[in-house]
Amino acid sequence: MLTIKNLRVAVEGKEILKGINLEIKAGEVHAIMGPNGSGKSTLGNVLAGKEEYEILEGEVLYEGQDLLDLSAEDRSRMGLFLGFQYPVEIPGVPMVNFIKTSVNEHRKFKGLEPLTAGEFLKLMREKKELVHLDSQLTNRSVNEGFSGGEKKKNEIFQMAMLEPKLAILDETDSGLDIDALRVVSEGVNALKNPERSAIVITHYQRLLEYIVPDFVHVLYQGRIVKSAGKELALELEEKGYDWLKK
Amino acid sequence: MEEQDKILHEVTSQEYKFGFVSDYEMDTIPKGLSEDVIRMISAKKNEPEFMLEFRLEAYRKWLKMPMPDWAYLKIPPIDFQDIIYYAAPKKKPQYESLDEVDPELIETFNKLGIPLEEQKVLAGVAVDAVIDSVSVKTTFKETLAEKGIIFCAFSEAVQEHPDLVKKYLGSAVPTSDNFFAALNSAVFSDGSFCYIPKGVRCPMELSTYFRINAAGTGQFERTLIVAEDDSYVSYLEGCTAPMRDENQLHAAIVEIIALDRAEVKYSTVQNWYPGNKEGKGGVYNFVTKRGICRGESSKISWTQVETGSAITWKYPSCILMGDNSVGEFNSVAVTNNYQQADTGTKMIHIGKNTKSTIISKGISAGKSDNSYRGLVKVLPGAVNSRNFSQCDSLLLGSTCGAHTFPYIEVGNKSSVVEHEATTSKIGEDQIFYCNQRGISTEDAIGMIVNGYAKEVLNKLPMEFAVEAQKLLQISLEGSVG
Ligand SMILES: Nc1ncnc2c1ncn2[C@@H]1O[C@H](COP(=O)(O)OP(=O)(O)O)[C@@H](O)[C@H]1O
Ligand SMILES: [Mg+2]
Repeated sequence: MLTIKNLRVAVEGKEILKGINLEIKAGEVHAIMGPNGSGKSTLGNVLAGKEEYEILEGEVLYEGQDLLDLSAEDRSRMGLFLGFQYPVEIPGVPMVNFIKTSVNEHRKFKGLEPLTAGEFLKLMREKKELVHLDSQLTNRSVNEGFSGGEKKKNEIFQMAMLEPKLAILDETDSGLDIDALRVVSEGVNALKNPERSAIVITHYQRLLEYIVPDFVHVLYQGRIVKSAGKELALELEEKGYDWLKK
Repeated sequence: MEEQDKILHEVTSQEYKFGFVSDYEMDTIPKGLSEDVIRMISAKKNEPEFMLEFRLEAYRKWLKMPMPDWAYLKIPPIDFQDIIYYAAPKKKPQYESLDEVDPELIETFNKLGIPLEEQKVLAGVAVDAVIDSVSVKTTFKETLAEKGIIFCAFSEAVQEHPDLVKKYLGSAVPTSDNFFAALNSAVFSDGSFCYIPKGVRCPMELSTYFRINAAGTGQFERTLIVAEDDSYVSYLEGCTAPMRDENQLHAAIVEIIALDRAEVKYSTVQNWYPGNKEGKGGVYNFVTKRGICRGESSKISWTQVETGSAITWKYPSCILMGDNSVGEFNSVAVTNNYQQADTGTKMIHIGKNTKSTIISKGISAGKSDNSYRGLVKVLPGAVNSRNFSQCDSLLLGSTCGAHTFPYIEVGNKSSVVEHEATTSKIGEDQIFYCNQRGISTEDAIGMIVNGYAKEVLNKLPMEFAVEAQKLLQISLEGSVG
């Protein structure tokens, strides 16, 4: 599904990612952990096509295609989803219009007709229930005045609407209380199937009790310094990151 | 509703056409401005003596006035002797088919969803005669006439209702008001006249013109709207289709008079040719629009969406004379490339308990400059008056400018004036968020800008609002990325 080969990335002349290698197969869940400032969000943003990053070296293949060659919107339409660490507010644009445009852009890309109003509302109701999203929230402007938890739930709601092949969730757990965490995790798990993969970026192993990863990677100063199975998360919880920093 | 507007418009604009036809035989008026030229204009229009005097008085005042230079605009010199001050008869179509028309223009028409037949007329392509629907037209004329509403060409009103014209002409915008108002008063060619009698609610939106006729609008237009006690009218001016006009200078006047408890809503979409991407060409739009809430508890609201013109100089204003009267100004002004806009409003509180609200949303892109200029003046006698102003600026990119010039004068202690202003940039983060959900940058900008301007767009009549949304997006195409 996704192959990252020796990816080196700089922002404003400063090298942030210093040679990342990662292989994600269909159906797998990978967790990326690491202290603040390691480059976790940078990796997510680069994969999603944010422009301010300079690719110094490396290659990324997504479903056999050169990912770095595609526009951000085409990456989305081809099934790559990024759940943002800090979702932005878009004043005056109702969430329902936003997600409808989004869903229909995805359909257009696949050569499908836009959903009818009825079909769309049905789909939306279904997915809102999945993540227990307050039904009034979709009538408000995108993320405007949403609480931290609501913003994160809204990301998972959008993911559920779009049913991506590869979901990158950037600290979706931060700012969530334990109940919300469970709900969000259930939402993510509900989408799990052998064709879909996920990269779960998190600080805490807490989330990984609910979303069980196949692999755990530790990103530190722009490098993956350790990769192992799900037990690594527990070890990190106990020992912290210091023992990996050498 | 749109169909109604269309027919209504055809009814009310017929006189224009006849006017043009009958004038065609007369000798052409020479370039330039003089008392003789003004006498000639007045004579051609067969105007009563008071009209000629009105024009001459304005002309004499104009001669002594300097061109205003206080706006935040760079205005190239205008040679007022190089203009023909009389509407020439409509030209023959320039093209045989749409294939000969600038493809960029056609593309914009298509994006706005303008039907093919209308596109032809707008672009100046020969078309077959429009299907005549006399019976429906008659129904509309009857509906208006039954209610005693007068809605006709200004020149027709001068002939048919001279007393009304004489009574109200120049009462909101005096001939000496400003340089461009004086010029318009001296030479105005035609425009619209609207009179709503006592207690009448006008049952339909009145449009100065439907798209088709928009293309032939004059350079010096004049509109006069009078709403008698307890009446109501909603009036639409302009159209969303891009309009190319060879006249570079436009100086229109709109006057509104609202009597006791009358309400007038005036909505404008202005999309004159803004010039090309390098800033060549484009219309200079110097408009004077003013309403007087003369009666108690009367209300006038201006709503405008300004996307066109190379230079816009425009301050639709309200004089709140009657006690408890209400003034509103809602504006979206977009500038892109090398456009310049200096626009805003004046709210003059004279009566007691008067209220005004100002919502201005400026959007600048490219190398453009966009200024809000507003005056809120509360006279000593206007006790317990209120004003709320919200002036927001949105910047796309870093080469454009946004400026806010609020002037506030409060002459008593019981009144409250509030002013809020914000400046924001369309964030790369907002655009990326949309991109990440499969929405292209162009659509994202359209979405973000429309969200930003929503408060104002919501005040527009329904069918206008939908077109205005598309227009905002189209006006900003190519402004980012
Ligand atoms: N747009 C940017 N401009 C400048 N520096 C940036 C930018 N984005 C990220 N960085 C820097 O890159 C490093 C990694 O940041 P980030 O990827 O957000 O880390 P993490 O998500 O692991 O906490 C930090 O030092 C951060 O300051
Ligand atoms: Mg981060």
